[in-house]
Amino acid sequence: MIDDPDFAEAGAIAAMVAARRSSAAAIVEAVLTRIARLNPVLNAFTAITAERARARAAAIDMAVAAGGPVGPLAGVPFAVKNLIDVAGLPTLAGSRINRDSPPAAADAMLVRRLEEAGAVLVGALNMGEYAYDFTGENCHDGPSRNPHDPDCMTGGSSGGSGGAVAGGLVPIALGSDTNGSIRVPASFCGVFGLKPTYGRLSRAGSFPFVSSLDQLGPLARSARDLAIAYDAMQGPDPADPVCAGRPPEPVLGALARGAAGLRIAAASGYFRRGAEPAALDALDRAAAALGATEAVELPEPDRARSAAYVITTTEGAALHLDRLRRRPGDFDPDVRDRLLAGALVPAPLVVQAQKFRRWYRDAVLRLFDRFDAILAPATPCVAPRIGQKTFTLDGKEALLRPNIGIYTQPISFIGLPVTAVPVPGPESGLPIGVQIIAAPWREEVTLRIAQALEDAGIARAPRPAAIV
Amino acid sequence: MDESDEQSRDLDALIEAGARILGLPVAPEWRQAIRLHLAISLGHGQALAEFALPEDLDPAPVFAA
Repeated sequence: MIDDPDFAEAGAIAAMVAARRSSAAAIVEAVLTRIARLNPVLNAFTAITAERARARAAAIDMAVAAGGPVGPLAGVPFAVKNLIDVAGLPTLAGSRINRDSPPAAADAMLVRRLEEAGAVLVGALNMGEYAYDFTGENCHDGPSRNPHDPDCMTGGSSGGSGGAVAGGLVPIALGSDTNGSIRVPASFCGVFGLKPTYGRLSRAGSFPFVSSLDQLGPLARSARDLAIAYDAMQGPDPADPVCAGRPPEPVLGALARGAAGLRIAAASGYFRRGAEPAALDALDRAAAALGATEAVELPEPDRARSAAYVITTTEGAALHLDRLRRRPGDFDPDVRDRLLAGALVPAPLVVQAQKFRRWYRDAVLRLFDRFDAILAPATPCVAPRIGQKTFTLDGKEALLRPNIGIYTQPISFIGLPVTAVPVPGPESGLPIGVQIIAAPWREEVTLRIAQALEDAGIARAPRPAAIV
Repeated sequence: MDESDEQSRDLDALIEAGARILGLPVAPEWRQAIRLHLAISLGHGQALAEFALPEDLDPAPVFAA
């Protein structure tokens, strides 16, 4: 049996199942039992696909018994943010309005690919409405709660994904990241999260938010599990016009190389301004462990954030314009009012934002001539309390919702791959994360560095003391 | 009338006209939040408008026929 089944890594679970030292059925039952016990506290799941999971687990056990090949995720439970299609469930995208939509006719491409690798879907996860969120709060389903302190935010918008992985409900979850929605909950919940290069993974069968920026990716409790899941999901998909035609570039085999030979710098200037001591301490400890002594300033990061902000609010408004007309009272008011404002932003500013995006991309990519990776804080602070509206940023009181993503937005704005790693402080407390940022299509670099930090004992997903 | 009053009045005019033209409902109790978010967005837009970019720079999304 696995020593610590609730917090076992996906790779270990799959090895046990393949070797018939445990059955997929037993693992799935244990996970369903744990979800039933802890979800009332964490509010991570909005749907549990128990019968589907049992059937899938039985099929895997039969395949193992027959001596057939099983995938690298054999018997590994996983769950998906509820903007990702699950056949038979309405794709809520955190909204009330989508509850009236017909159930999805088929699974999203990434669900299919994970299941082809042997993984077992156990449910759909809570999220901020229509992904326009950094908090993990949801006025329809209630807030996702942080396993390290259920009175605190998970971060969002993939809040249920962060909470479910951190709380030991599943070893792998899928989230989406438009401006930071994988990296923020990874930071607040103390787990690993991969936002791949824009266009790397298929988004087919997911409810969009900002097509210019949207990307799907995994959250897990180790770099290795991120790599296994990521490798299983790669590949072109004509159903997503943004998905690149590149063949899969597996990364798992490269992890053992660690950070050897990589040129790593730490972001300075904008990326240190306003950060709480915990965020800077995590960044500095990661940089020291990697021997990253050089500091680098990104060009115009504040304007990059501004451009991401403008593109987000206007594309989001365009997506929801008809729903805003027909059912404004059914939105989360915090989301509705921002979308209504976004609908009124003059078009020339949007085009200027997209032109700036071109300029900024070219300028940032030049930095990768000198460095293979850049480290930056993932969030300016540890998880705020649920319901909190403002926080102190750079010595001034600022609105929380629009500002949690100040360090993530300038990175996803140009589609760079990022692995967020949890870097717990020397004293127990709420976790916080560090971003490992690389040039486009260099996910391997971010995951090798994540593995190196894990091996050095700097990065780890702390087991929450607040729940058993 | 100070500058902030003038800006609020301009934003209210934009909200009223824009919402009417786009057919968007704006309840009176929503207006303050919409004005706040619109001011934030326009502030970000202004930061971009002030940044000189080459005229021949292509916007980021490039359509391929």
